[in-house]
Amino acid sequence: MNNFNYTRAKNIEDAVLSVSQNSDAGFVAGGTNMIDLLKYNLIHVTLLVDVNHITGHQAVTENADGGVRLGAFATNAETAYHPLIEARYPLLSRAILAGASAQIRNMATNGGNLLQRTRCYYFYDPHTPCNKRKPGSGCSAVGGYNRIMSILGTSEDCIAVFPSDMCVALATLDAVVTMQGVDRTRSLPFAEFHRLPGNTPERDNNLQPGEIITSIDLPANGFEKNYSYLKLRDRSSYAFALVSVATGLDLKEGLINEARIALGGVAHKPWRVKGAEDFLAGKPPTPGNFATAAEIIIAGAIGYGHNNFKIELAKRAIVRNCLMALNPESQRPGAHPSL
Amino acid sequence: MSHKPWIGQPVSRIEGQLKVTGVARYAGDYHVPELLCGYVVNSAITRGKILEIDTREAKAINGVVEVFTHQNRPSLAWFDLQYADMDAPSGAPFRPLQHDDIKYNGQPIALVVAETFELARYAASIISVTYKEERFSTDLESNKDKARNPKMGLATFLKPLPAKPSGDFDKAFSDATAQVSADFTHAAEHHNPIELFATTVVYEEDGKLTIYDKTQGTINCQLYVGNVFGLHYNDVRVISPYVGGAFGSGLRPQYQLFLSVMAALELKRSVRVTLDRQQMFTFGHRPPTMQQTRFGADAQGKVTALSHEALAETSQYEDYTEVVVNWSNMLYPAANTSFGYKLVPLDVFSPLDMRAPGGSTGMHAIESSMDQLAYALKIDPLALRLINYTDFDVTANRPYSSKELRQCYLQGAEKFGWSDRNPEPRSMRRGHKLVGYGMATGIWEAMQVLARVEALMTAEGKLEINSAVTDIGTGTLTVMTQIAADELGLPLENVTFSYGDSKMPFAPVQGGSFTVSTVGSAVKAAGKALRKKLLKKAKNMADSPLKNMSEKEVVFERGGIALKHNPDVIVYFKDIVATRKNKAIKTTNMAFPNVFKLKNYTRAAHSAAFVEVEVDEELGTIQVTRAITAVAAGNIINPKTARSQILGGMVWGISKALFEETVTDHRFGKYMNQNLAEYHIPVHADIHDLDVIFVTEKDEIVNELGSKGIGEIGLVAMPPAIANAIYHATGKRINQLPIHFDQLL
Repeated sequence: MNNFNYTRAKNIEDAVLSVSQNSDAGFVAGGTNMIDLLKYNLIHVTLLVDVNHITGHQAVTENADGGVRLGAFATNAETAYHPLIEARYPLLSRAILAGASAQIRNMATNGGNLLQRTRCYYFYDPHTPCNKRKPGSGCSAVGGYNRIMSILGTSEDCIAVFPSDMCVALATLDAVVTMQGVDRTRSLPFAEFHRLPGNTPERDNNLQPGEIITSIDLPANGFEKNYSYLKLRDRSSYAFALVSVATGLDLKEGLINEARIALGGVAHKPWRVKGAEDFLAGKPPTPGNFATAAEIIIAGAIGYGHNNFKIELAKRAIVRNCLMALNPESQRPGAHPSL
Repeated sequence: MSHKPWIGQPVSRIEGQLKVTGVARYAGDYHVPELLCGYVVNSAITRGKILEIDTREAKAINGVVEVFTHQNRPSLAWFDLQYADMDAPSGAPFRPLQHDDIKYNGQPIALVVAETFELARYAASIISVTYKEERFSTDLESNKDKARNPKMGLATFLKPLPAKPSGDFDKAFSDATAQVSADFTHAAEHHNPIELFATTVVYEEDGKLTIYDKTQGTINCQLYVGNVFGLHYNDVRVISPYVGGAFGSGLRPQYQLFLSVMAALELKRSVRVTLDRQQMFTFGHRPPTMQQTRFGADAQGKVTALSHEALAETSQYEDYTEVVVNWSNMLYPAANTSFGYKLVPLDVFSPLDMRAPGGSTGMHAIESSMDQLAYALKIDPLALRLINYTDFDVTANRPYSSKELRQCYLQGAEKFGWSDRNPEPRSMRRGHKLVGYGMATGIWEAMQVLARVEALMTAEGKLEINSAVTDIGTGTLTVMTQIAADELGLPLENVTFSYGDSKMPFAPVQGGSFTVSTVGSAVKAAGKALRKKLLKKAKNMADSPLKNMSEKEVVFERGGIALKHNPDVIVYFKDIVATRKNKAIKTTNMAFPNVFKLKNYTRAAHSAAFVEVEVDEELGTIQVTRAITAVAAGNIINPKTARSQILGGMVWGISKALFEETVTDHRFGKYMNQNLAEYHIPVHADIHDLDVIFVTEKDEIVNELGSKGIGEIGLVAMPPAIANAIYHATGKRINQLPIHFDQLL
C-alpha cells in the first residue's frame, strides 16, 4: 500500500469534483473492499476521498411513487434492518443478511456493495495473469482452480463472478441505480448497471470515471408475500455464494401472476432470464414448472472443470427456492436451504 | 481446614481476563524506543534463481533504513547442523537469504527495514526482482513415481517409521470373508492461528538480545539464534509469555525470527518483523497425502489382515515425516500386516507438524475402512470395534499402561443414542434432509520427555515455580499452578508460575501432547523436593514442634507444615524462610520418563467420536448437527481447560472433514487461497451441539501425574466419524478431505 492523501468530502459535488480532476483518486465509503485492494497492492491511489460524512444519502425513505429509496451511503446493516425494508422488501433484507459478516455489513454501504470487485483468486494475485487486473495478460481461472467461477455469460477473457448477495435481490426487484457526475445525474435500470466481461473484463459496470452512486430506488412491488433467498456456499457465513437464488412471486388465485428469479454466484453480474419468468406467468407454482423455468435460466451454461457442479446445483437451487418462496416462513437465518 | 486438591477442579484460566481485555501482550505487541519495523519480500516464482534484485528505489525512500537480501546479508554459520533446531527433520534446514536460489513459491528473498511498518511494506512492494525460472513440481499425484523411503534421523526415532510386515498379508487378505480397499486423499492445510507470526528483537545497550517471539519453544529459539549468529547463549534471551494459538506452527523457529535478529545485529537497533496473513502460507503446513488401505476380516468380524500405505509430500531439502500408518494394528490386533510410508519431495517449503500430525491423517483412512468393513460384514460399526478390542499392543508386544477405550465406546454410545441408529444408509430422514450417524476411534501417544523446574518458597510464604515452557493457549499456566499448589497445599493465589522465558529452567518445545506429563512431572518433582527441604529446615528451627517428625507424620496445608495427628501444631512457611534471613528457599529438579518402567507398556490416550449429520438430499449441504467425543486420557488435571481442548479438537475435526484445504495451482506452483476469507475454517454457524465425556482412567505407569496429554486426541476421531455419518446419510463414501457438499449432489 502506497502513501496517499486523504480528504473528507463535504458534499457530493465536492467529492465528484475532487475525484474527476485526478485520475489516481478514488472514493472510499465503508472501505470493506477498497482497503483490501489497497493492501493487496492492486490499486494505487494518490488521493482517497471519504464520502461517509456527506449527509443526504444515508437514509432509507419512501418515494412518492410508492417505492423506496436507499441512500448510497446507508450501511448494509442499516438497510437490512430498516422497518420499511423488513416489512416491504424482506427479500432484500434476507439477501443482505446472507452476505459477508455482521462486522462487514456494519461498515459496508449500499453504493459500495454494487461496486465490489470479484473474489477471483487470480485477480488478487499480482503474480498470475488476469485480464481484469491487467488487460491482455490472460485469464488464469480458465484451466486453473475455478470452483468459484462463472458458468453463464463468460468470455474467453474472464470467468470471474460478481460476489454480491444484495445485488441479486436488487436485480430481482428491478431496482434503479442513480449516479452523479460532474455535469449530470443519470439513472440506469439495475440490469444495465453491471456488465458481462466480454473483451473488457476490467470494467465491472457502467459507472463512468468520476461518477458516484447516490441512491438505489426500489419500485413499489416488493414481493413481500412470496419471496425467498437461498445461498449455497462452502460454509455457513463469511463465504461467497457458489450459487444463490432470489425469488419473488406474485400469486393470484393459485396461479403465478408474476415471477422474478435472479441467480448469484454464477456470472459476472446477477443473472436474470426473462424467458423463464414469462414461462411461469399464468402457470401453477408446481415443482415441474419451476424445474422447466430452471432449465430455461441455465440454458447455455458452461462448466470449466472445478465448477461443473454449479450447473446441476443451480437448477436444483432454483426449484427449491421457488418452493421456499411459496412458504416464506420456511426461510432460515443465513439463507440456508430448508423445507 | 485441610487442603482440597486443585487437581481435578475446573479452575478458570488464570490469564483469561488479561487475554480477553487486551492486556496480555504478544510477541508483536512489545514496544521499545526507536523500534524499527521489517517487512518481508517473498519470491513470486517457485524455482529458479534471482538474477537481479533492485532495491535502489526502495532504499531511497525517506525512512527506509536498509534492505537485506542474499547479496548483503552478513556471513553466518556454515553448517546445516547449526541451523537444525530441536524439531528439525533429516536434511538441510532452510536458510533465509542464503543465496540466489529459489526453492519454493513465497520464499523470503528480502527484508525491508524502515521506521514504520507501513513504510516497510510499501518499500517492499516496489522492489523489482528479475528471476531465471526453472521447471518445478508441486503436485503429489502426478509425482507419485518419485516416492522414496524417508531418511532416518532423530525425527524418525521420535516419530517411528512403520513396523515391518507380519504374517502373510496377501494370503490372509485373499482368504478373508470380507475385504475392503480404499484410496484416500488429503489436501494441504496451513497454520492459521489468530496471532500472526512476529518477533520483536530488543537490542540491549550491551549488545545482548531480548527477543519476544511467537514460538512453542523459547529455548529452541535461543539455541537456534545462538548457533546461527554465533552468539553466546547467555546473550540471547527469548521470551514468549502469551501465544495466540500455535498448534505446531511454532515448533520450529520461523523465518521472521532469523530476519529480525539478523537486522537487529547488523543495524545495532531493535527490530520487529511481523508476517501478514498471506505470509502465513509461506512456511510449514500439513502435507497433502495419498493413502491406500486394504483390510480383511473373518465372518465373525475379527480383523485378520491390515495393509495401510501412505505417500506424503516433503520439501526438496528436508524429509519431514509423520506417523500415519502405524495406528491400525495398535487398535486391531490382526496377525497379518503390511505397512508403507513414503515421501515425495516437491518444490515446497518443508511440511510441519499440525495438530495431531499423521494421526489425523491415518486415522481417517483406518476408521473409514473399518466402517466399510462393518457394512461388508453387516455388523454394527461399534460392535465391530468391540469384537476387535484389545488391551495388548501387538505392534510392540506389550500391554497398554491403561486403556479405557471400551468405556469411551459404551458411554459415548449411550449418551449419543447410538442404539437408535438404523444401519441402512439413507434410512433416516428429517423433511428434505437425510440424517446419518457415524462413529470412529481415536488414539494418540502419551509421551513424556524431560524438563527441569525451579521452585522457590518466598519470605511471604508464597510459592514460585519457573520453567522455560510456553503456554500456547492450552491452559499450561493454570494446570501447572494447580499441580504446584497441591504439592505445597497452598491456595492458587499464593502460587506464581512463571514461564515462557529461555532464562528459566529447560523445557522442550510444547507439542505432541506431552507438556503436562513432561513439565507437570517436573513441577511435581520440584514441589516434592521443596517439601523435603522445608521440613528439614523447619525441624532445625529452635524449639521446633516438628523435631523428629518424618514426612509421613506431617501435612502441608494452610501455608505451613502441620502435624497430622494434631493440626493445631503448624510451622508456617514464612517463618521457616525468616530463619534464613528471609532468603527464599529454592530447589531445581528434573523429571525424566522412567524408561525402565515405561518400556514394558504402550502409553496412549484414546477416544470415541459419535457424530450426527444432516445432508440436504437434493442440494447436498452438510451440517454436523451434534457430536460427542468420549476421551480416556488418565487423570484430568483441569476438566474445564481439558474440555476446551477437546472441543477445540472437535471443531478442528469438523474443519478438516468439511472445510479446510489450501488450494494449489500447480501451473504456478503456488497456493491460491492465502487468506481467511478463502481458506475456510468453520464459523460459529457451522458448529452445533458438541459434548465431551472424560471416562475414568487410572494409570500408575504413564507418569507421576497419571495424566495423558489431550492436545490432539479430540481431533483424530472426528473426520472419519463425519465421513462415516455422511455415508450413513447418503450411501456415498467420499474419501477425499475436505468433503465438499457438491460431491453429494
